[in-house]
Amino acid sequence: MSGLKKVEGAAAPLMQANIDTDVIIRIERLTSGKSLGYFALEALRYLADGSKNPDCILNEKRFSGAPILIAGKNFGCGSSREGAVTALMEMGVRCIIAPSFGDIFFSNCFQNGLLPVVVSEENVEHLALQAEVGDLCIDLEKCLIKSPEGEHIKFEIDPLQRDALLEGLDELGQTLKWVDEIKRWQQQDRAARPWVWSSSIKKGMQT
Amino acid sequence: MSATLFEKIWNTHVVKDLGKGWSLLHIDRHLLHDLSGPPALRELHDRALSVCNPELVFATPDHAVSSKPGRTAKSNDLGNYLYGLLRQYSDDAGIRFFDLGEEGQGIVHVMGPELGLVQPGLTLICGDSHTCTNGGLGALAFGVGQSESAHALATQTLRQRKPKQMRVRFEGELPIGVTPKDLILHLIGKMGASAGAGYAVEFAGSAIRDMEVEGRLTICNLSVELGAKYGLIAPDDKTYLYMKGRSYAPDEEQWSAAEAHWRTLFSDDDALFEQEEIIEVSEISPTVTWGTSPDQIVSIDGVVPDPDTAKDPEERLAWRQAQDYMGVKPGQEMLGTKIDWVFIGSCANSRLSDLQAAAQIVKGAHVASHVTAWVVPGSQLVKQQAEAEGLDQIFLEAGFQWREPGCSLCVAANGESVPSGARAVSTSNRNFVGRQGPGSRTHLASPAMAAAAAINGALFDVRRCV
Repeated sequence: MSGLKKVEGAAAPLMQANIDTDVIIRIERLTSGKSLGYFALEALRYLADGSKNPDCILNEKRFSGAPILIAGKNFGCGSSREGAVTALMEMGVRCIIAPSFGDIFFSNCFQNGLLPVVVSEENVEHLALQAEVGDLCIDLEKCLIKSPEGEHIKFEIDPLQRDALLEGLDELGQTLKWVDEIKRWQQQDRAARPWVWSSSIKKGMQT
Repeated sequence: MSATLFEKIWNTHVVKDLGKGWSLLHIDRHLLHDLSGPPALRELHDRALSVCNPELVFATPDHAVSSKPGRTAKSNDLGNYLYGLLRQYSDDAGIRFFDLGEEGQGIVHVMGPELGLVQPGLTLICGDSHTCTNGGLGALAFGVGQSESAHALATQTLRQRKPKQMRVRFEGELPIGVTPKDLILHLIGKMGASAGAGYAVEFAGSAIRDMEVEGRLTICNLSVELGAKYGLIAPDDKTYLYMKGRSYAPDEEQWSAAEAHWRTLFSDDDALFEQEEIIEVSEISPTVTWGTSPDQIVSIDGVVPDPDTAKDPEERLAWRQAQDYMGVKPGQEMLGTKIDWVFIGSCANSRLSDLQAAAQIVKGAHVASHVTAWVVPGSQLVKQQAEAEGLDQIFLEAGFQWREPGCSLCVAANGESVPSGARAVSTSNRNFVGRQGPGSRTHLASPAMAAAAAINGALFDVRRCV
């Protein structure tokens, strides 16, 4: 995974609360073998007959392929499907700005190099208006959002998650270096909680 | 130092302090299902990594398998493909795979507790957001994506930041006709679908202490619909009684050491919760959802709300869109709203006590002629126990379909779905747009309420049945 320092470009304001992972990507699309990007946010972007929904802001030319999404609170609530993140990325999204996110979706973003930015509802609404004026720039190193009118809006982000995104850290590769420590912990735990380890072997059902 | 139940479990699983609130946590149990298991195992395969502790990992197909009576893996093409992958990868890695037709197969969050794989004080993950269900036994259980699942398979650990602490106390005695499902739907309606974001939620209070374990699993199941990744309940005598004799529970020799440990798992009197909520359960009625978010709820004797009374423009728009999609109008009474489908099943409500509650309503009656009604037991064991009690016959005689264990209509990723435009009463946990099939309309409710709706062909107040 490559590092991510800055996201700059059009920001599509999708101002609804509770856009859930079923809306972001339908579950049967995950295993369809087709591009998830085409099916991202399908319930909003397409009509029942498969044609483009003219009322959906994502279908406006200026927001086609926009690298930034601005959304209402609780974006990505619902299931743990990581395809919700990859579908948005395949659609071209690199950063999502919202007042809050579903917890599991939020974690999954960092696993894939997608930047979720939390700002106040007030700032989200303001940025949605600014997005109509021109491009936004999200600077992860400085934790700043620059509006087309030159404002700087600061955002907070967990320092460990920020560093991991900036560096494109491979968490798994990093943790594998600690295998000895993990094995030592397990060794002492086998003595402290022996039932946890022995009960994973099947016995007869007594009920 | 005082600690919450959650913190006690968390603290004993820290392998390494990563600083700034982050820990490398040991994962004691890892459950895999057919949808999220194969990609995680494939990632390990592609990176030439092996499974760290296969004896702590358990797999079963549930999401994509057909629930058709007499089904095999081949009954659904996609299901068969994923089934084959999960089985193959599990066999290669030495992971116990609970096969179709075998005791142990079922919805992961139903089979885990019933086999004793889930125990108080354990950390447990699964590539499924409803893993929080298992907190009902006093485990620290949470859903993860496939990357984190792969991380845990390879290292038996996960990097996690400690969440904030919330406690919800349900106090008092449940009124007649009110079930654990109504309690949790009521709470989500009151607090909102994102209220739990960033929190671990402990459920406590006299109504929880009086509640049997299966009801507690239902409460914790919908924690994620409150926005929380974790929900949990302190273990007690009811929990230990439930655990005893289950095939993967501690045996006689180790039971007393295990129970002594479990008895330390409670929130200290002076433990700090960033947020606390108290709900008087006597004020709760049988509850249904009217919209497309689990916080859009109403008492069964209530009406669809008027968007003009919403608290802000964003909510007003959300209500209008939800009402359009659901085909309901402001002021419309929920009672008497005609329905087309009924689904009794899912990791929220497919356990033996759920089927017993539904069967009690159904007995001697018949499903309305225009309604398609399904019962999908949560696991092979639930199915066997229900059949031993004759529940299958009660449902079949009433015109329900009695099906095979799996996720079925809750997730609609298995060739089964509610048709577009059809209105379903479902005991599952999500009423999202298209969740039960493109264009499907879902009203979440308790098993008894779903059964009553099936008989009456419309939303019905279960209190009139008892």
